Amino acid sequence: MRNPQLNQHGELQHLLTLDGLPRSIITQILDTAAPFTEVAEREVKKLPLLRGKSVFNLFFENSTRTRTTFEIAAKRLSADVINLNVSTSSTKKGETLLDTVDNLCAMQADMFVVRHESSGAPHLIAQHLQNTGRDHIHVVNAGDGRHAHPTQGLLDMYTIRHYKKEFHNLTVAIVGDVLHSRVARSQIAALTTLGVPEVRVIAPKTLVPTDVEKMGVRYCPTMHEGLKDVDVVMMLRLQNERMNGALLPSPQEFFKVWGLTADKLALAKPDAIVMHPGPMNRGVEIDSAVADGNQAVILPQVTFGIAVRMAVMSMLGSH
Amino acid sequence: MQLPDAEQLIARLAADMRPHVTPNTALVGIHTGGVWLAHRLHALLGLSQPLGSVDVSFYRDDYGAKGLHPTPQKSEIPFDVEGAHIVIVDDVLYTGRTTRAALNELFDYGRPARVDLAVLIDRGGRELPIAARFCALTLPEALPAGQNLQLERDDSGALTLRLIHA
Repeated sequence: MRNPQLNQHGELQHLLTLDGLPRSIITQILDTAAPFTEVAEREVKKLPLLRGKSVFNLFFENSTRTRTTFEIAAKRLSADVINLNVSTSSTKKGETLLDTVDNLCAMQADMFVVRHESSGAPHLIAQHLQNTGRDHIHVVNAGDGRHAHPTQGLLDMYTIRHYKKEFHNLTVAIVGDVLHSRVARSQIAALTTLGVPEVRVIAPKTLVPTDVEKMGVRYCPTMHEGLKDVDVVMMLRLQNERMNGALLPSPQEFFKVWGLTADKLALAKPDAIVMHPGPMNRGVEIDSAVADGNQAVILPQVTFGIAVRMAVMSMLGSH
Repeated sequence: MQLPDAEQLIARLAADMRPHVTPNTALVGIHTGGVWLAHRLHALLGLSQPLGSVDVSFYRDDYGAKGLHPTPQKSEIPFDVEGAHIVIVDDVLYTGRTTRAALNELFDYGRPARVDLAVLIDRGGRELPIAARFCALTLPEALPAGQNLQLERDDSGALTLRLIHA
């Protein structure tokens, strides 16, 4: 069976997950993103690539940063952007997801950027478009359930490549709530595909999937073991709103043991970078001194995210 | 067809341009051949403005038909476009579509006072109302559409012209 993300010519048709996406496509996205970073420095921050196309931001779950950066990216490519506030829309009146999609297709949508609390929702839309012969309409997953957040994973890879140049000589630690994190799944898929030799996962046992090592990572039960000599520290947000039951005693307790502080960061290489997908919980997973320190690249991540999303949308919109 | 010597054409192009440039004239090369050529002209003409370069991949009018160029390069305009005298530099002038794209891109940086076009060879076959102010050689007969004329650079930096039959 063909990879549902690629068309018959092997080009990107939808971006649903980084798991199983060929290394050549990931590299092509990162290479394409590089020249887009320069557009932000111009008088006119616009390129004509998606002129006349309509991009629908379909967010069934709240988001500020992701939705905004997708909107900026689409607008810098000259697309018309329509933001659907789904919490006040027909879904509340009982319309199904695919009926919503069909209605928007009838309004000449060219691309859907989808965030949904259910894993697989963007895939379902992509499959529906394919089954109904609408190959010219593209889907970008902007985060689905615990499954994937591919553009976040890509912008993280862009950030790492920007500061570290290569992947093949790196040790990378992912710290925090891996169990509930679609970001972590996308990061792990991308890091292993790009040939990072050692990816470590640092978290309390209650916040890692039981089969985490099958994903090609090394589980480290303590910060002391996991952060030793790493090049990159990727923090995750503690997903309070996803937490069911007593997985953790308290945020304060979590910070004491798993929070990234300057003394824990000192275990990493002196030139290690600190990343966070946002929004940050200061004093829970990361100390303010580290978040605002000179090893943090958290704000550049946001800026690179625009260029990476421009790259993805321009590659999709070209066919 | 006997291809002309690129190095001789570069010297001729620089001689054509010399009376019409000032130290403040800015050159903008179009990736990739135009950037190599602009480097040479910049040195030969003794210009003081830093060299600019554009990759017109994001402005091409065949994006919808051919898709995005697989490895676009960063455009760099290291001077103030507003009010500047700019010469766009490309190796070969053909349909004029690349020049059109470069003009559009340039104007997204500001409003230049004047823009000229300098090319090594005009191969004919124009599809847009575009002409080069400076041109070292105009082919007497237009090259057939299937042929691709381009500049190549070897390890020593020497430039040569090559004809590729598609």
